[in-house]
Amino acid sequence: MVSLNELVLVCLTYVVGLFAIAFLAERAALRGRGGWLLRSPVVYTLSLSIYCTAWTFYGAVGYAARSGLEYLTIYLGPSIVMIGWWWVLRRLVRIGRSQRVTSIADLISSRYGKSNTLAIVVTVMAVIGVTPYIALQLQSVILSLAIFATPDAGLAGAEDAPFNRAQAAFWVATGLALFTVLFGTRNLNVNERHHGVVIAVAVEAVVKLVALIAVGVFVVWGLAGGVGDTLQRIDASAIGEWEVKGSRWAALMFVSAAAFLCLPRMFQVMVVENNDDRHLQIASWAFPLYLMLMSLFVVPIAVVGLDLLPAGSNPDLFVLSLPLSQGQNGLAMLAFLGGFSSATSMVIVATLALSTMVSNHIVMPIWLNLRRGGATQSGDVRSVVILARRLSILLIIALGFSYYRVSGGSGALAAIGTISFGGVAQFLPALLGGMFWRGATRMGALCGLGVGFVLWVFTMLLPSFGMDVALSQSTFEQGLLGAGWLRPQALFGVEGLDPTVHAVVWSLSLNTLVFFVVSLFTFPDPIERLQGAQFVNVLDHGGSARGWTASVAGSEDLMIMAQRILGAAEAQAFFRQEAKAQGRSGNLPEPTPTFVQELERELAGSVGAATAHAMVGQIVGGTSVSVQDLLAVADESAQMLEYSSQLEAKSRELSETAEELRRANEKLTQLSLQKDSFLSQISHELRTPMTSIRSFSEILRDAAKLSEADKTRYASIIHSETIRLTRLLDDLLDLSVLENGQGNLHIGEGALQDVLDRAVTTALTGSENPITVTRAGVQEDIMIRTDLDRLVQVFINLITNAKKYCRADAPALTILLGRRSDGVTVDFVDNGEGIPADAQAVIFEKLYRATGAEGDGAGLGLAICREIMHRLDGEISYLTSYDGAAFRVYLPASALASAQTDQSELTQPA
Amino acid sequence: MPQRRMFLERRSYRMRRMMDALRFLPLIGLCLWMVPLLWPLPEAGHTDPMPMSVALKYLFGVWLALVVMAWALWRYTRGQAEADAAQGPSDRAP
Repeated sequence: MVSLNELVLVCLTYVVGLFAIAFLAERAALRGRGGWLLRSPVVYTLSLSIYCTAWTFYGAVGYAARSGLEYLTIYLGPSIVMIGWWWVLRRLVRIGRSQRVTSIADLISSRYGKSNTLAIVVTVMAVIGVTPYIALQLQSVILSLAIFATPDAGLAGAEDAPFNRAQAAFWVATGLALFTVLFGTRNLNVNERHHGVVIAVAVEAVVKLVALIAVGVFVVWGLAGGVGDTLQRIDASAIGEWEVKGSRWAALMFVSAAAFLCLPRMFQVMVVENNDDRHLQIASWAFPLYLMLMSLFVVPIAVVGLDLLPAGSNPDLFVLSLPLSQGQNGLAMLAFLGGFSSATSMVIVATLALSTMVSNHIVMPIWLNLRRGGATQSGDVRSVVILARRLSILLIIALGFSYYRVSGGSGALAAIGTISFGGVAQFLPALLGGMFWRGATRMGALCGLGVGFVLWVFTMLLPSFGMDVALSQSTFEQGLLGAGWLRPQALFGVEGLDPTVHAVVWSLSLNTLVFFVVSLFTFPDPIERLQGAQFVNVLDHGGSARGWTASVAGSEDLMIMAQRILGAAEAQAFFRQEAKAQGRSGNLPEPTPTFVQELERELAGSVGAATAHAMVGQIVGGTSVSVQDLLAVADESAQMLEYSSQLEAKSRELSETAEELRRANEKLTQLSLQKDSFLSQISHELRTPMTSIRSFSEILRDAAKLSEADKTRYASIIHSETIRLTRLLDDLLDLSVLENGQGNLHIGEGALQDVLDRAVTTALTGSENPITVTRAGVQEDIMIRTDLDRLVQVFINLITNAKKYCRADAPALTILLGRRSDGVTVDFVDNGEGIPADAQAVIFEKLYRATGAEGDGAGLGLAICREIMHRLDGEISYLTSYDGAAFRVYLPASALASAQTDQSELTQPA
Repeated sequence: MPQRRMFLERRSYRMRRMMDALRFLPLIGLCLWMVPLLWPLPEAGHTDPMPMSVALKYLFGVWLALVVMAWALWRYTRGQAEADAAQGPSDRAP
């Protein structure tokens, strides 16, 4: 017989060994070594075995002894979930990784717009739901200790003096709390991964499997005499017939599958600690195998236990009492360690998961609120987090201990486990709805969870304490406050159902219904919708190196983001245009890869390519910046955008100015060139007559014998050259005077027709190549008041030019008078070839002469004309609309009107 | 080369059907494990109840079969899942 002290010693040694393993694993992980083991699929699968707690180890046999094969439902549900990993777990793990969730409360709150209210609700529900489960572990450890302390007590079911259960429970609880604090909160991991704990859990998984199989093998081949005999014994036993009610079979399988997904500790090892999809794939067959092996020998042990052990023995302890009764102390010790492993690993991981939730969602928000504006150094916060975790661990284990004390530690293990499962299964609608349905809203989740939770408390948790403990007998029989339809085991008057099935069906169906209906009628806020899109579409993105894949993101979410960056109107316009391009009638285009890429490009124009890619990537999925970060970025971007649009306006202004400057510079360069050519031309123009004057005057001076006729001829050449020189100099002087704005205008009145007549007459005098001049347009006499002589000069110049440069066979010039509201125009149009386009801009410059032009002009005529017209407030321009050369002289109304008023004033008194 | 392309298409076709099987497997398991709902219960007055040993063999047989099938499918499709992880879902490619 093993003494209690020996047992405690073995336990302590085992725990120290586990602690050493965990410590080494942590250290290896810290140094980056041992990754092959820490991140291997085997360890992942074994860590999932945290599902098999003391409830499995001890309780399954008791369950089987009481209700036959019903115990299998608890393992069949999770097996189906694992085998169907493709449907739910794959998504869950991806979401967990992409959103960096730390717990199921974090996941649910994150999905519904990072609502802390929801996180608190889920946390509280999880703590209340898991408390019975922790009590169950305490109870199983106490029971197993008790059977070693007083072997007879276990058989007789009586309490004995040498073993004080309450005291033992207290010490076990304290030990577990200490263990968990040491294990789980030694450091604060960024992503809440605990390599040490996972390795320890994996080791414990092996221990409990080996222990249970060892007991099973001993029972089948050692006691029952082989497989065939065992099967015969089974059929002959009290549980030898199939007697599971269909409703319980289905309901329990469903609840266990739901709990497998929703239990905080399962979520911790399955989602938070997962770092590779492939591990999940391997666990999809390896974990059902583990579960199968764990439950394989349950029925034989139960049947042989019922056979061999005296009636009244607690079937929950057959795993221990069978080897003990056969004197197999070593095997009993192994079995005890297996049960101990199951209990401790469950308590450690469950408490860790819950304490993470409590500290992250309840303690920290409160603490940060109280310390608003205070010091928020990271080290400070981290120490607070660790402290919060430790306190939470103590609180949770204290709750478990209290539940154990209150419930009296008497209930069958299986019943307690089912209650716990029913509680956490209430998360399922919000969890699955959030993963698959974008319409799920925070309000829907809150209401659904609330309804489910209240119903669970009323129909499962409170009745579990027994009559007259939490609920009075009258409540059981007449309903709450005497309302017959509020009986905890016959809600709405539906009687005759198994209490468990009743509670599960009502709580989960009403939970789902309320969740669905409230979601339909409420509207999610933008963060919620963004998160919803990310959750639901978590799988629809791969490596996006090839561009965004189809249907990766909802247009709505892209719209929300685009509005924050591009501005509402622009974004809407862009989306409408894209929708139109896709041939859709609405304002939202289909999120095709092309469109998303287009949008990314559009955003890149505003915020830069890298940011745009990251932001589109946010919606499409991938990196793990939170939505609030994203929105912060969007806000910053909006500000930057505003700033950059100001910059853009300024830079546009600058570039316009630069363009003007460039044009001015070009013109200056051109003018400088013109000046150079002007100087060279002017010297040439001066030199030619000078040369002839000099040579002829030398002839006159030096030639002795010159006829009188020659003398006269030479003198007249000299004279005409002098006149030409004078004229050139006069022109230059004239231009200079005009350009400098000097010189007086001799304002006079006269008829425009007369002025034209004078000009035509003068210009055509002594002409060697005649030109036909016709007059057209307004024929009436237009009186003008201006410097008539200057005007004549302009007209003469234009007519002379036409005469000189018109190359037509029969040169003709049309003078066209026109009246406009703002003045008078006089067009001079000839029938020649006109002026080439490239020369039109420079004909009014000084000394410009048409290429190939002959004649004696110095190229000053048009420059002088322009200056004169400028002085007369009119203008002269070249008309491009005619085939031949066409000039328009414009006289303003002021030159006209004053003449008319003067005239009227003059005529009236006369 | 047509031969080579033929081979690849056939292979990827097979792979997709394997993924279909993978998705379908839990449904098969669920159906098979719901068969006990049809078994007679002693309290319903049936004279021929289902013996425990048969029930055990059936349920564990299904379990083992599911594990073996899941294992076989994993062997067959693990390359696919890795490719999936690297390239994104091929089934949804436009």
